[in-house]
Amino acid sequence: MSKLTFAQKALAHASGRDSVQEGEVVFVDPDVCLSHDNSAAIASNFSAIGVDRVRYPSRIFIALDHCVPAANEKYAANHRRVRDFVRNQRIEAFFDVERGVCHQVLAEEGFAVPGGIVVGSDSHTCTAGAFGAFAVGIGRTEAAAVWASGRIWMRVPATIRIELSGEFPPGVCAKDLALKIIGDIGADGALYRSVEFAGDGVSNLSMSDRMLLCNMAAEMGAKNAVFAPDEETERWLAQCSPRYDRVDLRADEDATCERTLHYELTGLVPGLACPHTVDNYATASQKAGTVVHQALIGTCTNGRIEDLRVAAEVLRGRKVAYGTRLLVFPASNRVAKQMYDEGLHEVFLEAGAVLMNPGCGPCLGAHEGALAPGEACISTANRNFRGRMGCKESFIYLASPATVAASSVAGSIADPRPDGGVL
Amino acid sequence: MKINGRCFKYGDDINTDVIFPGKYTYTVSEPSEMAQHAMEDLDPSFSERVSEGDIVVAGSNFGCGSSREQAVICLREAGIRAVVARSFSRIYYRNCINSGLVPIQSEAADVIQDGETIEIDLENGVLLCDKGEFTFPPFAGEVARILSCGGLIPYTRKLLGIENR
Ligand code: SF4
Repeated sequence: MSKLTFAQKALAHASGRDSVQEGEVVFVDPDVCLSHDNSAAIASNFSAIGVDRVRYPSRIFIALDHCVPAANEKYAANHRRVRDFVRNQRIEAFFDVERGVCHQVLAEEGFAVPGGIVVGSDSHTCTAGAFGAFAVGIGRTEAAAVWASGRIWMRVPATIRIELSGEFPPGVCAKDLALKIIGDIGADGALYRSVEFAGDGVSNLSMSDRMLLCNMAAEMGAKNAVFAPDEETERWLAQCSPRYDRVDLRADEDATCERTLHYELTGLVPGLACPHTVDNYATASQKAGTVVHQALIGTCTNGRIEDLRVAAEVLRGRKVAYGTRLLVFPASNRVAKQMYDEGLHEVFLEAGAVLMNPGCGPCLGAHEGALAPGEACISTANRNFRGRMGCKESFIYLASPATVAASSVAGSIADPRPDGGVL
Repeated sequence: MKINGRCFKYGDDINTDVIFPGKYTYTVSEPSEMAQHAMEDLDPSFSERVSEGDIVVAGSNFGCGSSREQAVICLREAGIRAVVARSFSRIYYRNCINSGLVPIQSEAADVIQDGETIEIDLENGVLLCDKGEFTFPPFAGEVARILSCGGLIPYTRKLLGIENR
C-alpha cells in the first residue's frame, strides 16, 4: 500500500474511502462544528439557507468567549440571539459567558478526539489537532452550511513535517519554538498545508505545549496541525469524556511530505514576534529594555494552568513595574479553579496584576484592556497585527508566559532565563 | 464572464484585521456599513475612492489572520469584483468563493500598478494588464459549482433540494 500522511488518512476515513490523493476534493461529515459569539451571524446565514432545523444538534458546539460578559448593548443583544438560537435548536453543547475560550473548552469537554473531524468558524480551530483530530477553521457561511447539511468539502492538503528532538532548556517553552518556526518559514510558510509534528522531542511536550503549537500553526497559514496520540493524549482523554468515537490514525513513517523541518529544542532561546506580524522574529534579549505599558497572560494560546504556573513562578515575591499593567486571563473557568486551588491567584494579586475572567479578553481589541496610541503591549496571544488590540497606533510583542511575566516586572522586555538579566 | 476594473494595489501579508478591524466585528452587521470600514487601518481613503467594478491587487498571503467573513463582504459591498494576489490565506480564499468575490491567484499581482485597469476572463483563465497576458487555471470542480450557483448558500439549498422553496 502507498504511504499516507495523517491528512490523507483522516480525510479518506471520513469520506469512506481507502485512500485519497493530495489536491483531491472530498466530502466529509464533521464530528463537531465550533463557533462562538459569531454564532448569531452564522444563525442568520443559516436562516438564509431556508431549513428549519439544524441537521445534527449534537454535533454543534458553541461557547461565548469573545466579548464576555458583554461590553455594551450591542454585544449583549448578540449574545441573546445566540442563546435564543441554541434553545430553539436544542443544542446541548452550549457554554455561556462564564466558561472560557472556545478552543480550551472544546478540549475540556471531550470534543477533541483522535481521528475526529473538527471544523470551526474560528481560525484557531486547528488547536484540536493536539489530540490527533483533523481540525480546521472555516468561514461563517460554511459553518451555516454545515449546520444545515452536516457536510462540507475539503481539499486534501500537502503535508509539512516538523521533527522535534531534545528538551526545552530552563526558561524556554513551546511558545518560543512556535515563534521561531514562524520566524523561519514566514506567515505563509505552511499555506494550505497540513503540519505534522513528529520526532523524539514530542514525548517531552505536554498537552498544553501541543495545543499551543497546533494553535500557532494558524499563524504559518496551515490548514491543520496534528500530533499523533500517545500516553500524554490518553492521560488527557481520561480526564474528559470523549463525545464521539475515536479512530487512531497516524501518518506512515515514510509518507510523502512536501518538506521536513528539524528543530532541536535544547538550543532554543526566549523569542518574540515584534510588531506588526507574527513572523517578525527577534530574541527577547535583542529587544531587552523596550518599554511595555501592558503585559497580558492568557488567551487560547497561553492561558492554561501550565502557563499560569510558569508566570506565577516568575512573579512570586516580585512586583509589576510602576507604569506597567499586567492582566491575567485564565483560558477557562476550570483553569481558574485550578489556579485558585494552587494559590496562584495570591501570587498574581500580590504582584499587582489584574486578575480577569476567563475568555478572550482584549485579544481581538473588543474590550477589557485596549491600548492607547503609542503604547506597547507584550502578550502571550497569537497575533500582533496592527490594530489587533483595538488601537492601530499601538505595538504588540508576542512572547511566552515567562517572558511576559519577567517583562512586567522589569517594565520593559526582559529575557526570563535565570541568567537573562532581571532575575 | 469578464471582469474589467481599476486596481488598488497593496503589499504582502495583508491581514483581515486591516481589511476589516476586529473592533467592528460585533457592532457593525449591515453589509453597506461594513463597506465604509473596508481597509480602514491600511488605506483610510479607500472607501471614498473605490467604485463599482474595481479590483484589489496584493502580494502573498492576502487575507491572513482571523477567519472573519466581513473582510470579504466589506470589499464586495464596496464594489470590488475580484482580488488578484500572489497567494491567499486558505480561509480567506474559501470565504471569497462562498461569498461570490472572485479570488485570482496569479503572478500578475507583482507587475500590476496601482490605478491601472485590467481585464480578467474567468472562463478562459486569462488576465490582461499593461505588462501583458497572464494565465491562471479556470475554476473547476466543486469550487466552480459553488461560484456558478452564486455562493455557498444557494449551492447548499440546491444540495438539500430546497432551491425553489
Ligand atoms: S483568545 Fe484570541 S485568538 Fe483565541 S479564540 Fe479568542 S480572540 Fe481568537
